[in-house]
Amino acid sequence: MAYSDKVINHYENPRNVGNFGTTKDVKDRKDIGVGMVGAPECGDVMQLQIKVDQATGRIQDAKFKCFGCGSAIASSSLATEWIKGRTVDEALQIKNTDIVQELSLPPVKIHCSVLAEDSIRAAISDYKKKNGLAAETHAAAETH
Amino acid sequence: MLKLPIYMDHAATTPCDPRVVEAMLPYFTEKFGNAGSRNHRFGWEAEDGMEQAREQCAKLLGADSKEIVFTSGSTEGNNLAIKGAAEMYEKKPAGQTGRGHIITAQHEHKAALDPVKRLMKQGFDATFIQPGQDGIITAEMVKAAMRDDTILVSIMWANNELGTINEVREIGRLCHEKGVIFHTDATQWVGKMPVDVSKDNIDLLTWSGHKMYGPKGVGGLYVRRRNPRVRLVSQLDGGGQERGFRSGTHNITGIVGLGKACEICFNEMDADGARLVKLRKRLESSLQKNLEVSQVNGHADKRLPHIANISFGFVEGEGLMMAIKDIACSSGSACTSASLEPSYVLKALGVGDELAHSSLRLSMGRWTTDEQVDFAIEKITKAVNKLRELSPLWDMHKEGIDINTIQWAAH
Repeated sequence: MAYSDKVINHYENPRNVGNFGTTKDVKDRKDIGVGMVGAPECGDVMQLQIKVDQATGRIQDAKFKCFGCGSAIASSSLATEWIKGRTVDEALQIKNTDIVQELSLPPVKIHCSVLAEDSIRAAISDYKKKNGLAAETHAAAETH
Repeated sequence: MLKLPIYMDHAATTPCDPRVVEAMLPYFTEKFGNAGSRNHRFGWEAEDGMEQAREQCAKLLGADSKEIVFTSGSTEGNNLAIKGAAEMYEKKPAGQTGRGHIITAQHEHKAALDPVKRLMKQGFDATFIQPGQDGIITAEMVKAAMRDDTILVSIMWANNELGTINEVREIGRLCHEKGVIFHTDATQWVGKMPVDVSKDNIDLLTWSGHKMYGPKGVGGLYVRRRNPRVRLVSQLDGGGQERGFRSGTHNITGIVGLGKACEICFNEMDADGARLVKLRKRLESSLQKNLEVSQVNGHADKRLPHIANISFGFVEGEGLMMAIKDIACSSGSACTSASLEPSYVLKALGVGDELAHSSLRLSMGRWTTDEQVDFAIEKITKAVNKLRELSPLWDMHKEGIDINTIQWAAH
C-alpha cells in the first residue's frame, strides 16, 4: 500500500510535536487540555495537548505525540495544524472525514482519522471540565 | 556504494539463484514437452529433466526419489498432507469424538491451520498446542496432547515469523511409537538446515521452491514409502500424475528449477548457514545494545540462522517500517488489517499486544552482506530513536509509568 504524498510529508516532518509538560505537570493548569486516546494493544495511541486563551476560548497552541503507523502520525500532526487559532467550539467542527479527505487515507486507515478527531474532542473536553464549562453534547464518535 | 533498497525479507521469498534460472531456461523453449507424453522425444526429455530434479530433491531430504511428490508449493503441500492423511486414516465408523483427532500448534502458518480448521467442520477434532514463551513446541507438549483417537500430528519444523525450531525429531519418534502419522511443514527449514527424513522420523514433509532460491509456484511433498508406507487421499483429481497423489500436467520448468535449487542448497548450506548466523547475531546484539527496551522474540539459539524477530518497545511496527523504507522487511504489526490484531504468532508466545505491534522480522539470505547489515543497524537505531521522540508511551515509560496499569479506552 502506498502512502499519499501528504501523509509522507507529515510523517517525515511532523508539525507541533511535543507537550507543555508531563501529564503530572499540566494536570492542574487550567489553560491546558489533554486528550489521550487509543490503546497500545490496538497499535495506536495519540496524545494531544491544547493551550487555550481562557478569555477568548481560542486555541493558541497545540502539541501532539503519537504511537502508531504513518497515517496515525500524519492524522495527529494535521489535527494540530488545523486546531491552532480556532476557538474550541470551532475546533469541534473538525470531522474525521475532513482528515481522510485531506490525507487521502485508504479505508483501512480511516480509524487513524477517527482517533485524531477523538483526540481533539478529548482534549477540549478536558479543558472544559477544568474550567467548569458545559461539556459539549456530541454524539459519541462512531465505534471502530 | 550500497544499492537501495536492501532486501531483508528472505522468509517471505528469496530471489532465484541465477544457476537455477540457467538450468530452467531450456525447458521453456527446447525441452518443452509434456512429461506425460510417453511416445516421443519431447516427452522423454521433459521426463528426464523431471526425474533428475526428483533425485536432487530426494538427496537433500535423505529420501528415495519415489517418495517425492511435486506440488505447486507449500500451501498445496500442506493441504494435500493434512487433508489427504486425515481422510485416509480417519476413524471408521466415527467415534464419539468424531472422525479422528489432529494435533497442531497455535502458531503454525495459516496454510496448515486452515486445512485443520476445515477438517474440524467436517467432523474431525483438533488440538492447537500453545508454544512455550520461547516459541518452541516440544515432544512433551505433543505427548500431553495425544489421545487414543489421534490420527495425525502436524507441527512445523521452523516458525516462519520467529525462526524458532521445534523438536521435530523427538515429536516424530513419539508419533512412530504411537502409530500416528507425522507431518511437518518444513518450508522455512529445507535448504537452510540438514534433513534426514529417516533419522528425523518424518512421514510427510512439505517444502517450497521460492524460499530456497528456486522459483515460485513449485514445491514438494515427501511421502514416506516404508515403515510405515503412508497413503493419502488425493485432493486434485485428473490425469493421475505423481502416482495419483497429484494430478495435473507437470510444471517442468519449475520442477527443474526446484531440483537445481535443492542441489545448490545441499552443497552450500553449511557455508551459508555459518555466515548467516554471524550476521544475525550481530544484527540482534547491536540493536539490543543501541536500543533499550528491545527484545528478541523466540528462543535465542534454537532458531534458524537467518531470521531475526525483534520488538522495539513503544514504537509501532508499521510506522517503523515507513521510517526504514530502504530496508525491505516485515512487521508483526497488523495495522493494515481491518481487525487491528497484531501477529497471532507473537500472541501465542504470550508477547504483549503492544510489543507484538512493535516487532520487526528481518530475514537474511545468500547475498546479504556485512555492509547491508551495518546499514540496517544504523537505520533502525535512528528510526526507533526518532519515533520514540514522538511516542507518548515512551514518555510514560521514562516517567516510570507502567502502561499496562493504565485504563485505556477501548476503541
